[in-house]
Amino acid sequence: MSILTVSGSPHVHGQQDVRSIMYGVVIAMIPAILVSIYFFGLDSVRVIFISIVSCLFFEWLIQKYLLKGPITITDGSALVTGVLLAFNVPSNLPSLIIIIGSLVSIAIAKMSFGGLGKNPFNPALIGRVFLLISFPVQMTTWPSPSPMFSSEIVDAVSGPTTLGMLKEGLMEGKTVGEIIATSGFPGYFNDLTGAQGGSLGEVSALALLLGAIYMFLRKIITWHIPVAYLGSAFLFSAILWLIDPESYLDPVISMLAGGMILGVFFMATDMVTSPMSAKGQILFGIGAGLLTITIRNWGAYPEGVSFAILIMNACTPLINKGFKPKRFGSVPVQTTIKAAKKG
Amino acid sequence: MSQTILFAIIALCILGVTAAVILYYIAQKFKVIEDPNIDIVNDMLPGANCGGCGFAGCRALAEAIVKSKDLSVQKCPVGGNDVMKQISEFLGLNSVETEPQIAVVRCQGSKINAPSRIKYEGAESCAFAHYLSAGESGCQYGCLGEGDCVRACLFDAIIIDESTGLPIVFDEKCVACGACVKACPRAIIELRPKGKKDRRIYVSCISKDKGAIARKSCNTACIGCGKCVKECAFGAITLENNLAYIDPLKCTLCRKCVAVCPTSAIIELNFPARKQKTDTEELSEPVKTA
Amino acid sequence: MKTFKLGGVHPKENKITADKPITNLPLPAKVSIPLSQSLGAPSKPLVDKGAIVKTGQLIAKGESFISSNIHSSVSGKVVKIDEITDASGYRKPAVIIEVEGDEWMETIDRSLEIKTEITLSREQIIEKIKDLGVVGLGGATFPTHVKLMVPSDKNAEFLIINGVECEPFLTSDHRLMLEKAEEIIIGIRILMIALNVNKAFIGIENNKPDAIAHLTGLTDKYENISVVALKVKYPQGGEKQLIKAITGREVPSGKLPIETGCIVNNVGTAYAVYEAVQKSKPLFERVVTVTGKSLSDPGNFLVRIGSPVDYLVEHAGGLPSDTGKVISGGPMMGKALTSLEVPIVKGTSGIVIVPEKKSHRVNIHNCIRCTRCITVCPIGLQPVLLAQLTAAEKYEEAEKAYIMDCMECGSCQYTCPSGRPLLDYMRLGKGKVGNIIRNRIKN
Repeated sequence: MSILTVSGSPHVHGQQDVRSIMYGVVIAMIPAILVSIYFFGLDSVRVIFISIVSCLFFEWLIQKYLLKGPITITDGSALVTGVLLAFNVPSNLPSLIIIIGSLVSIAIAKMSFGGLGKNPFNPALIGRVFLLISFPVQMTTWPSPSPMFSSEIVDAVSGPTTLGMLKEGLMEGKTVGEIIATSGFPGYFNDLTGAQGGSLGEVSALALLLGAIYMFLRKIITWHIPVAYLGSAFLFSAILWLIDPESYLDPVISMLAGGMILGVFFMATDMVTSPMSAKGQILFGIGAGLLTITIRNWGAYPEGVSFAILIMNACTPLINKGFKPKRFGSVPVQTTIKAAKKG
Repeated sequence: MSQTILFAIIALCILGVTAAVILYYIAQKFKVIEDPNIDIVNDMLPGANCGGCGFAGCRALAEAIVKSKDLSVQKCPVGGNDVMKQISEFLGLNSVETEPQIAVVRCQGSKINAPSRIKYEGAESCAFAHYLSAGESGCQYGCLGEGDCVRACLFDAIIIDESTGLPIVFDEKCVACGACVKACPRAIIELRPKGKKDRRIYVSCISKDKGAIARKSCNTACIGCGKCVKECAFGAITLENNLAYIDPLKCTLCRKCVAVCPTSAIIELNFPARKQKTDTEELSEPVKTA
Repeated sequence: MKTFKLGGVHPKENKITADKPITNLPLPAKVSIPLSQSLGAPSKPLVDKGAIVKTGQLIAKGESFISSNIHSSVSGKVVKIDEITDASGYRKPAVIIEVEGDEWMETIDRSLEIKTEITLSREQIIEKIKDLGVVGLGGATFPTHVKLMVPSDKNAEFLIINGVECEPFLTSDHRLMLEKAEEIIIGIRILMIALNVNKAFIGIENNKPDAIAHLTGLTDKYENISVVALKVKYPQGGEKQLIKAITGREVPSGKLPIETGCIVNNVGTAYAVYEAVQKSKPLFERVVTVTGKSLSDPGNFLVRIGSPVDYLVEHAGGLPSDTGKVISGGPMMGKALTSLEVPIVKGTSGIVIVPEKKSHRVNIHNCIRCTRCITVCPIGLQPVLLAQLTAAEKYEEAEKAYIMDCMECGSCQYTCPSGRPLLDYMRLGKGKVGNIIRNRIKN
């Protein structure tokens, strides 16, 4: 007999650990990765690879030489940040800019707060927004999708994004109907499959939904944030569209366009930066949904998902204070006796 | 252009003046009049806010001292006699000299002396380890080595020695605030007089188990044999519940008990190495109790 | 199918001894009977060193309100009354008896006949349960007679019998329900008389269909006893969760189950009540599951209180060489033993042998705020917050966050993907806050 271990109960542990959750998220992103490779080719591989490697490298560097603590780059969190950052940038982004983005994501947004679990904002989004503000030209020049194995050679450098075209068109004084009729406007089908310009991970709603279903089944994410987010955004844009279909996009395409699906399922659901109670998560989702549509329609940028999520991230501690989980035995006993009699 | 600048300057000036008026009014309205001596005494105190005096912080102690005008009750253990003397001179009070103290760890149950029979796994907290089990060595009085004292110390004066698993107190850093004494769930740490030339003798064990049982889990346990009690010519050692205790006020630092202890449970600190007999005799003369 | 709503987890059941009948263990050479075997004050020994005792003889008396009598589990000679190491390694007083033969007290009815007729009055039943040292056998070992004395301003409506056995591995209650069902039902009827209630429920999780079927068949003739099948979910065996699952009522925070008009007793307790009241047999033996995947011959054993754990393990095929942890009780709430020499006590429901490679905790990561601990908490607490507050010694805040409502079921720590010692800290915090509250009441 070896030395007996003495510890407090419980003496068994569930199946999930940090690593399985993080790698689960990575697995869920594989369909979107494949789609991006299909449409953007080796450039997409380059961006993802550089982003992952530099995220892991910076995390390792900081843990080893600055914090001088244990090195935990294998827990998968830096990997998730790396892939998400790559998903949020155009596939033709210069490598150096990607590395800068990774540095901001890992060093500023994550490690400066104490590493995994301590960051108030989603690191990948901080990286993206930093790049968007610092390198606006490179970050908004989307390459046209050129499907693999297709004979058609597309040499256009800038492929249109749904929201970008919309914003531009509206500025020029066109109506939504006229914009949609323009050649090159992606439309429903292309928004679903991914044959449109855009950041490399956000183009295909279908691939992202596939990943989201996997995360639901693995119980990595819960329904609260995605449903509240999509629901409120859909309702808000539907109301606007009903009021004035000439200046506002119809709600279905609003949901599919831009980074909405990516943001809703992969970034707003980030455990670290979202509220803890179910009610708080619903409030978080609603807030993010309203903000997204607000920024898209009246803001300077065509896209508002990143900003909306970051703003709600900032509200998370406040939401956590306000919404506590429902407690057993917090209602008077007579109420439960009566309720039990009815039921 | 110049007009814009002018407007900006005027606006800022108005803003500044308004703010100044409001601030002045509030400062007058909510003015707190307090004894200026409190501030002065507060400045004399070390400012560590350790709570070793029993007050919430240095300022609270300063208030108490100024108010009570009695220095025999309120004392700063960190500043010691020097600081108290300074304060007493300033306030014109009589200061009461106290013996400087230091924390001593009364356990030698290292990994070698008290080998582990079980392995503790869980929260890094002595309090929880104490709640959960008697400890890895099986001694229900011994040090658990999870470092509650280390975390309690505001002066970085205690660390856990990796090789022994026991805490070490750094003489030069310890201010005897007593935080570690409170933190230890087993009351292993005691504040004892620092001793002349930092020389101290104490029983480094608090096991109240019967000799055989105490010995079973630890080689250096006090087994309550009473040899030291007989040896001590000054009646400084008492034996209660199978445990010897050396009264620091009576101890003359003669070191005779150290020599007779069969389990080396009695520790001598900062003494010169024992060489000739004359040396020890010199020391064994009653030193004026410090 | 019924279950409780809030929280809960589904640990692997591993009921490998479910089909192993209860076997009587031969008497050990020596027993050590601890003087503190129930919740409350330790009992006062009545025998001296050298005394000759019979099986079932009263050897220690519970003197305060919450305490229980202790009887000798063997016949023989009291070797000494001394401190022995208990499950946690601390030294506690115990009566050590060397076994000589097996001579029972004459008062005990040793016939095999099942005595169905209940002749005693309510007061007599409670008195007998008290005298014969019956305590709750579900794990908390609360003295049963105290539970039966309902305060005058409260009214007991339902008796709930806990046959849930939601802990993984353990099967002692399951076997008891299969083999001693008739006795259990008589025990339930006795408890109903003692509590003056008209309705009793037996809650059993549906992973024990044989026990549900067996007991349903036997309770057919009693209109006021019904078996309730429950959906498997841990910690359904918790009093509050079981009441919620069966009656829908919620015990208010900080209150006792009697607030809802429910009294919960374990099936093992019901059996012990039957034996005490009908057969005058004190509680000196119990069914213990000795189990573990590495054991060669796991099983359910009827054991005398005070038998050493290693004696049981010997009869279950001997201790495997790769053992790294031995748990008294189930893996979710049981206590890890510091040595195998400790005795079986009234509250020992099982011994689980864990191999070395499974006896360690998972690696600790930073909290990723996944909120799983909050989702699974059956009380709706925020374990992560409570653990943080305790670690930071903010006990007042922890009290306001209802740390005292925690029932230490371990669901939070079980599910935490970061492997954080949540329950360790919450236990610590409960202890500290409990002290603060006691001091406040005192002053």
